[in-house]
Amino acid sequence: MSLHVNQQMKRRYAAEKRFKAYAITALTLAGAFLIFFFADMISKGLPALQQAEILVDVHYNDSSMQNYKKAVDKPLRRIVSRGYLRTLPLYMEDHPELMGTNESRWVLATADVDQYLKGKPHRLKSKYQKQIDGLLKAEKVRLAFNTGFFTRGDSKMAELAGIRSAVIGSIYVLFLTMIFALPIGVMTAVYLEEFAPDNRLTQIIEVNINNLAAIPSILFGLLGLAIFINFFGAPRSSALAGGLTLALMTLPIVIITTRAALQAVPDSIREAAFGLGASRWQTVWHHVLPLAMPGILTGSIIGLAQAMGETAPLLIVGMMAYVPDAPGNIMEAATVLPAQIYTWAGESIRAYEERTAAAILVLLSVLLSLNTMAVYLRKHFEKRW
Amino acid sequence: MKKQHAILMAATFLGLAFVGQAEARDQIRIVGSSTVYPFASYTAEEFGQTTRYKTPVIESTGSGGGMKLFCAGDSMDTPDITNASRRMKAKEFKLCAKNGVNDITEVVIGYDGIVIAQSKGNDNINLTRKEILLAVAAEVPNKDGSKLVPNPYKYWNQINANLPHRPILFYGPPTSSGTRDAFADLVMKKLTKKMDVYTSLYKADKMKNKAYKKYKTIRQDGVYVPSGENDNLIVQKLLKDKSAFGIFGYSFLEENSDRIKGATVEGVTAEPENISSGKYPVSRSLFFYTKNSHASKVPGMNDYVSLFINEQMIGEEGNLSEIGLIPLPKADRNATRHRVVKHIKLTAEDLKKK
Repeated sequence: MSLHVNQQMKRRYAAEKRFKAYAITALTLAGAFLIFFFADMISKGLPALQQAEILVDVHYNDSSMQNYKKAVDKPLRRIVSRGYLRTLPLYMEDHPELMGTNESRWVLATADVDQYLKGKPHRLKSKYQKQIDGLLKAEKVRLAFNTGFFTRGDSKMAELAGIRSAVIGSIYVLFLTMIFALPIGVMTAVYLEEFAPDNRLTQIIEVNINNLAAIPSILFGLLGLAIFINFFGAPRSSALAGGLTLALMTLPIVIITTRAALQAVPDSIREAAFGLGASRWQTVWHHVLPLAMPGILTGSIIGLAQAMGETAPLLIVGMMAYVPDAPGNIMEAATVLPAQIYTWAGESIRAYEERTAAAILVLLSVLLSLNTMAVYLRKHFEKRW
Repeated sequence: MKKQHAILMAATFLGLAFVGQAEARDQIRIVGSSTVYPFASYTAEEFGQTTRYKTPVIESTGSGGGMKLFCAGDSMDTPDITNASRRMKAKEFKLCAKNGVNDITEVVIGYDGIVIAQSKGNDNINLTRKEILLAVAAEVPNKDGSKLVPNPYKYWNQINANLPHRPILFYGPPTSSGTRDAFADLVMKKLTKKMDVYTSLYKADKMKNKAYKKYKTIRQDGVYVPSGENDNLIVQKLLKDKSAFGIFGYSFLEENSDRIKGATVEGVTAEPENISSGKYPVSRSLFFYTKNSHASKVPGMNDYVSLFINEQMIGEEGNLSEIGLIPLPKADRNATRHRVVKHIKLTAEDLKKK
């Protein structure tokens, strides 16, 4: 008899051990993927924070006004970024006092020089490689912090490409998403949870909202195209069209999380308010909503973080475009960070690889801080009953 | 109470603010082919940096998608220019005309070669278009060439005993891609429309067997793997899978020449000289189309076009050749410029010939 029990015990312990082992394996696997992903991105992306520069004498005069290549001495023309040189004529027009002077300054080198200095695959001819080696000895070439990556927009010259226009586009889009999705979402949830009678109609609405939260995001893009661009005439590729489209996508998430937060407020609070003669409106506005606020904010931030990383619906409304200039208002063409990453990932020029990884790091850190904020808000302001 | 009203008002106003906008525009809008996109955006950037105009906005929608947007109408909320990695189709020209887009100029900017590339460790290989066709078509002629059978070939030496015993595997662009269209046209259609075993089926029943007039169906048994619009991905796959071939535009071969190499096609290497002279058989012209009615309304549109066709951009030593555009012969470049300067209108007849 006891032998039988012992055997049974053994089996149960073994089963428990097995189960634990499975769980740990799953966790390690997930952790390994994560570590691999981060290590890969960081090792690829960090070099993009440095950019090659060359110390040259820039000649401001009439001949360089005519042909911008003449602004630097001949041997340097092939290794100084043309993206810098071509801006000189307009620069001289704006600063006539510079004409006839020379200036010694650090300017951008071409992407090939940059990749050569970083020991990556490049297409620099051996003649120029020797020249760079010589300049390196004379300390006329350096790898400096790549401020341009944050202050410039997209470019077809890898050395010039930056994330500024995409970041500003993302800010516009997220702002619009927020001001549309939050009030509408919260109001809908408050009505459904606190005011609406429980009948067939509200049940249908509820099912539909839950359903909307689960449909593929690209459908919202098609909806946005049909409503905002084709019907209301919002300009294609604009932050407005993108923001409204993402607001549609975020709306169900906001509604669902807000309802959950409202449900978590115990009925005793409402009953106490009613007992003191408060109207339904006063109960909600003065007591229930403030108590549910941390939950609502958490849900909204998570919804926004999701919207921030979204590309599919934006593709449909034309935001996957080449937009090097940061948009000045919500009607102008804009692009967003994930779209920028996608565009760079498809470039044939190899120097974009590190920039793609660096942009991914930026996106990840923003998402990480948004999600951390959500966790913080929940931990600090949440009331337990 | 007040606060709540303010929020509602603000939301309503913002919602209404954009209705009826979008007439005037100070920025050129360009759509179209993903193959032309790198060249167009390079030019657009140059244009934005060296003039006081705004940088044009370019969307990569694919050639067909671009035509659809371009031909949707003449109003200012339609694009001014569409890029294409193939010629405008007669059907698209009709759509344009129907929607009031009548004054279009066709601009040829250069060539793009489609390469059949492999990882560098492999031996050099020479393929003919016929061999490639037999490797990728869904249905191929049987041994005595009397009828079509589902493609049985798994190894290259089954097609031609002189080829190595190497599994047939292609990573190529998906159906939405202009590169795939061009590949199917240049390699498959060009041969099958002259092969009786395909065309006789068409002649037997023109309605039912329409596809066999110019057969270009690619096999779907896992030998041809559609790999997304991102050609870098195909390069990555070739590095992992040494026996595979990749199909993509010449610029990607050039940029990755340290790790992949192209197969010669009918003895011709994929090199700029061979592509621009027409010797390399798998090459195509790249185009853009301008909506001339917008030229007077969108500031800088003419300047953008003339910058694009300037020798400094599309010439032999031009900036675009550095990022993989294969220049037109000199006479053709001049012809292109002539068409633009004279605003020569595209007609339905232009699209028929060739």
